[in-house]
Amino acid sequence: MMYEFDWSSIPGALPFLWEGMKISLEITVTAIVVGIVWGTLLAMMRLSSNGPLARVATGYINLFRSIPLVMVLLWFFLIVPRFLEGVLGLPPGSDMRLASAMVGFALFESAYYAEIIRAGIQSVPKGQVGAASALGMTYGQAMRLVVLPQAFRNMVPLLLTQAIILFQDTSLVYVSALADFFGAAYKVGDRDGRIVELLLFAGAIYFVICYSASLLVRHFRKRMDA
Amino acid sequence: MSMISIRNVSKRYGSFQVLSDCSAEVGKGEVIVVCGPSGSGKSTLIKCVNGLEPFQAGEIEVNGISVGDATTNLPKLRARVGMVFQHFELFPHMTIEHNLTIAQVKVLGRTREEALDKGMKLLERVGLKTQAGKYPGELSGGQQQRVAIARALAMDPICMLFDEPTSALDPEMINEVLDVMVGLAKEGMTMMVVTHEMGFARKVANRVIFMDNGRIVEDATKDDFFGTPRSERAQQFLSKILSH
Repeated sequence: MMYEFDWSSIPGALPFLWEGMKISLEITVTAIVVGIVWGTLLAMMRLSSNGPLARVATGYINLFRSIPLVMVLLWFFLIVPRFLEGVLGLPPGSDMRLASAMVGFALFESAYYAEIIRAGIQSVPKGQVGAASALGMTYGQAMRLVVLPQAFRNMVPLLLTQAIILFQDTSLVYVSALADFFGAAYKVGDRDGRIVELLLFAGAIYFVICYSASLLVRHFRKRMDA
Repeated sequence: MSMISIRNVSKRYGSFQVLSDCSAEVGKGEVIVVCGPSGSGKSTLIKCVNGLEPFQAGEIEVNGISVGDATTNLPKLRARVGMVFQHFELFPHMTIEHNLTIAQVKVLGRTREEALDKGMKLLERVGLKTQAGKYPGELSGGQQQRVAIARALAMDPICMLFDEPTSALDPEMINEVLDVMVGLAKEGMTMMVVTHEMGFARKVANRVIFMDNGRIVEDATKDDFFGTPRSERAQQFLSKILSH
C-alpha cells in the first residue's frame, strides 16, 4: 500500500513554524554581521606584518575550519551557558540556547568569512595602498577608504553564497533542542505523527529561499562582469 | 638648501642588492631626471624618497625631515610630497571628483567645499573639467594620468615625484601628460622624475642622473649628460634610446 500523505497539520502549525523561521533568520543575520566584522579583523591580522598577530589569526582560522560545525555548536551549548551564568550572575538553568547558538555560529563563520575577505583584500592591486600612502593616508585610512571598499565589491557574490550556506547550516542547532525552522517542523511532525510531510514541507521552504537567493547572487555576478 | 637629499642609501631584498651607496641632491625648484636601464633601481630609489620603500643604510631628507628616522611621522610627510605612478593608481571605486578630494578632506582636514574648489581648479588646469563625474575606468590612460597629477597637486606638495609617468601610456597620449609636467617645471615645482623621455629631460631638466645596477653612475647637468656623458654605460644607454 502507498503511503497516504496528510498535509492537514501544516496550516495550523504555520505560526509556530514562523517562530522557528525567525530564530533561523536571527542566527543567520547575527552570524553574518559578526562574521564579517570579526572576519575582516582576522583577515587584516593575518595579512599584517605583525608576526604574533598574524599567527593568532592563522591559528584561529585553521582551528575553526578543521572542526565540524555541529561539534562547535555542541561545545558552545555546553560551555557558554555555564560561563555566562558565572559572569552575569544568572540563575543556573537559564535558557541560553539561542545565545550560545549565536556565539557558536558567529565565531565559526568568522573563520570562513576571514578567508573570503583575505582573498578579497589580496585581489586589490598593491599599488592602491602605495597611492593611498603617498597621499598621506595612514594604514588604517588606506584600508578603510581604498582597499576594503574595493575588496568587498569583489567579494559580494562569495559573501552571499556563504550566507546561503550559513542559513542552511542553522538547522544544525537541533543538537541543542532549539526550535529553529527545521526544529519546529520536526517537533510538529513528531507531535502529529506526520514527520514525513513536515520535513518535506520544510525542505521545500529551504529550497525556495536558498534557490531564490542563489539566483540573486548570479544576477549580481552578471552585473559585476558587465 | 636641498629639497631632497639622498646620502649613501643602500637597499637589499634578501641577498639582492637593489641600491648601492646612492647619493644625490635635488635643490628647491630643480627638476632632476633619473634614467637608466630597467632593473637599475631608479623606481626603487624614488620610492625611498617618500618612504614607500624602506632602505637599510644611508639617509634621505625631504625638506630637512629624515625619511628613515623611526620617529618621523611618515603619513604627514607624504601628504606634502606628491607622487605619480606608472599605472596611475586612481581609486577605481570613486569618481574623478572624489579621487581629487578624498585625501584633501581625510588627510589635510579641508572642508568638502574647499577640497572640491581646489580639485576642480586643478582638473581644469589639466584640461579635464568636464570629466569630474566619471569613474577612472571611463577615461583614457593619458587622461587618468593627468587626473593623478591633479590629485597629487591638490595636496599643495612641496615637491613632486614621478615614477615612469608615461611608460604605461600609448604613444599618442604621452605628450598630453608631458605637457602638464613641463608646465609644472616651468612654474618652479621641485621635481624628481624617473623617465626615459629624453625630450622632456632636454626641455626642462636641470640635471640628469643615470643609474645602472643599483648605483648612480652619472650625475651631470643636462648639457654635460647629453653632450659628453662620461661613463660608457650612459653612452651605450643614450645611443640605444636616441638612435630611433
